[in-house]
Amino acid sequence: MSYPTVIPEFVLRQSFIELDARARAQSLMDPGSWRELVGPFDRIESPWLPEQGIAPQFDDGCVVLKGAIAGKAAVVIALEGGFQAGSMGEVSGAKMAAALDLATRDSQNGKTTVAVLLLETGGVRLQEANLGLNAIAEVMASILALRQHAPVITVIAGTVGCFGGMALAAGLSSYIVMTPEARLGLNGPEVIEQESGIEEFDSSDRALIWAINGGEQRVAMGVADELVLDDAQKIAAIVRSHVEAGLPAVHRSQQVDLYRERIRALDTSRQIDPLTLRETWGGKTTVSKTRKGVTR
Amino acid sequence: MEQLKFEYPSAKRHVTKKAHVGVVGSGDMEVLMQPTETGSAYVSIQTSVNGFSSSWKAVMDRFFSKYDGAVRIDINDAGATPGSVMLRLEQAVEVIES
Amino acid sequence: MSIQVGLRGKAWFEALTGKNSPMAGDPDSVLTADVKIGEDTARFLCVVPNPQARFPCARRGEVGLEEAYTLAARVNEVIEQNTSADKQPISARPIIAIVDVKSQAYGRREETAAIFLACATAAEAYASARMKGHPVITLVVGQAISGGFLTHGYQANRILAFDDSDVVIHAMHKEAAARITLRTVAELDRLGHEIAPLSYDVRDYAKLGLLHKLLHVEDPDKPARATVAQVQKELIDAVADARAGSTDLGNRLTSNAARETRKASVAARAHIEEQWMKA
Repeated sequence: MSYPTVIPEFVLRQSFIELDARARAQSLMDPGSWRELVGPFDRIESPWLPEQGIAPQFDDGCVVLKGAIAGKAAVVIALEGGFQAGSMGEVSGAKMAAALDLATRDSQNGKTTVAVLLLETGGVRLQEANLGLNAIAEVMASILALRQHAPVITVIAGTVGCFGGMALAAGLSSYIVMTPEARLGLNGPEVIEQESGIEEFDSSDRALIWAINGGEQRVAMGVADELVLDDAQKIAAIVRSHVEAGLPAVHRSQQVDLYRERIRALDTSRQIDPLTLRETWGGKTTVSKTRKGVTR
Repeated sequence: MEQLKFEYPSAKRHVTKKAHVGVVGSGDMEVLMQPTETGSAYVSIQTSVNGFSSSWKAVMDRFFSKYDGAVRIDINDAGATPGSVMLRLEQAVEVIES
Repeated sequence: MSIQVGLRGKAWFEALTGKNSPMAGDPDSVLTADVKIGEDTARFLCVVPNPQARFPCARRGEVGLEEAYTLAARVNEVIEQNTSADKQPISARPIIAIVDVKSQAYGRREETAAIFLACATAAEAYASARMKGHPVITLVVGQAISGGFLTHGYQANRILAFDDSDVVIHAMHKEAAARITLRTVAELDRLGHEIAPLSYDVRDYAKLGLLHKLLHVEDPDKPARATVAQVQKELIDAVADARAGSTDLGNRLTSNAARETRKASVAARAHIEEQWMKA
């Protein structure tokens, strides 16, 4: 007697988080459709790190793949969380901004090109300080220019999460996809504890960190769009669906009056329970033009 | 920061592929391995951990005692152990010789 | 520091506009005024300290939730006024950000209520105005740090700053940066003089090619009438320069200083473009 072999789904699942930036980016693109631009063999490294005794990386921690997703022209730009916590330096920022600008140019010339940003980053690379900060400002400008033509889809998977100035870049995106392990916030808990005291934020309280910045919370309160398990195929499927859906009718970052009202309505006399925001804010923001009957 | 260079004139077997392995995290390194343009193998290492040039030479000598590909090897290192270095080199060779 | 952060901003907002209050319904931390400069009626905006702010971590000149959304609303208002004109669109009027901000607000309420999104909306408002042809000018009179600057000022066509030791443009305060990078403040200063992007000195910042002009002004804490007139003229010139240029941030790569200090940016961008065209 022979028994059929059943392989549990969790064994077949390919973890997205365990992949490095390059493999993550590749996993999202149509197979065989992509080429890497200014990859490690081009050796365009940071000019600032070696003189500070820090080993650079050949691609400066930014991977750019040009190709197709769901048959549509796409560029995927991935920050390597394993190198300097994915922080933005002069070169990595320039690669990202340039790729976005070229996607805009192609879109203006009739070849609509979407951008997918894999943001595993702590923000500005302090060893490049002002050039890192300006690079983020330039990336934000480039996102807004492209967004007039094509969606900019941000994926935050963990384990670094998306913090610092790059959280503003995420905030400007057309769609944000997060895993439960991922976190999204402007200031990390250590920085808040350092600047405002341990009463304000105990950075050793992991439950608190995820309750506020975690993927489940951000999606449930409506400031990110999808919660997806750490599964490369599932993440790729969601990215494809956003590419196909195209631009939302209104971007979340354009809804100033809505959010201004929400902030006005907050009781600031005490800390805010994140769970209450799931009820009061949840599910009322980005609506895709083509998604009928689904309010997100 | 240290820049280290080693040459292996007897590693002359022509190869055609190139490989990139690794991420420059703390205690880790990345390596580029590609066909050399000089006819024999040479190695360039950029490392943030100073004072280990003899250790690097020992690893490279051991690597090229088993491998004869005419490769150019470039490494960015942030403190990988000799064991990790050898592992990365072997991963790169797997791609080159596949 | 000779003066508390944010007070110099307040002083210059009042000096340049003759006003010192928020618009109706706005929190006391955001001053907005529409004032004639040259032939234009510009909208001036400034974030200032508000000890009575509803959010405890946003009382000393930080850009917090209320500040960010107020900036966004007041800048978007200028864009809407311009596009809803009945006949000819009004000439896109200038928007002038006076910047003296300590940083973004570091608080739990802020993170819970998604301050990252608030800051994004303000940055978007400034950038949208710029892309629609409004000259957006930033005048850094004091501090311009990190997320605060990304939100209020860094999307401008042209950035001007005072040549003064109390003007600090940076990604992180010296004390915090010293703690995180395990260096002393003295070591950071030394490093800053060797490596321009790390410097806390605005004269080194000027070498990065991101500034339109470094302004030499007498007594920036208590400006005399002649000094104010001088700065007004510089703003008018910056508006004209912005109008004559493009609506993107390209001048930050093409300035003389940028060609020197941002060679790696230029090279990286050129390589990306070259390979993009072949891919």
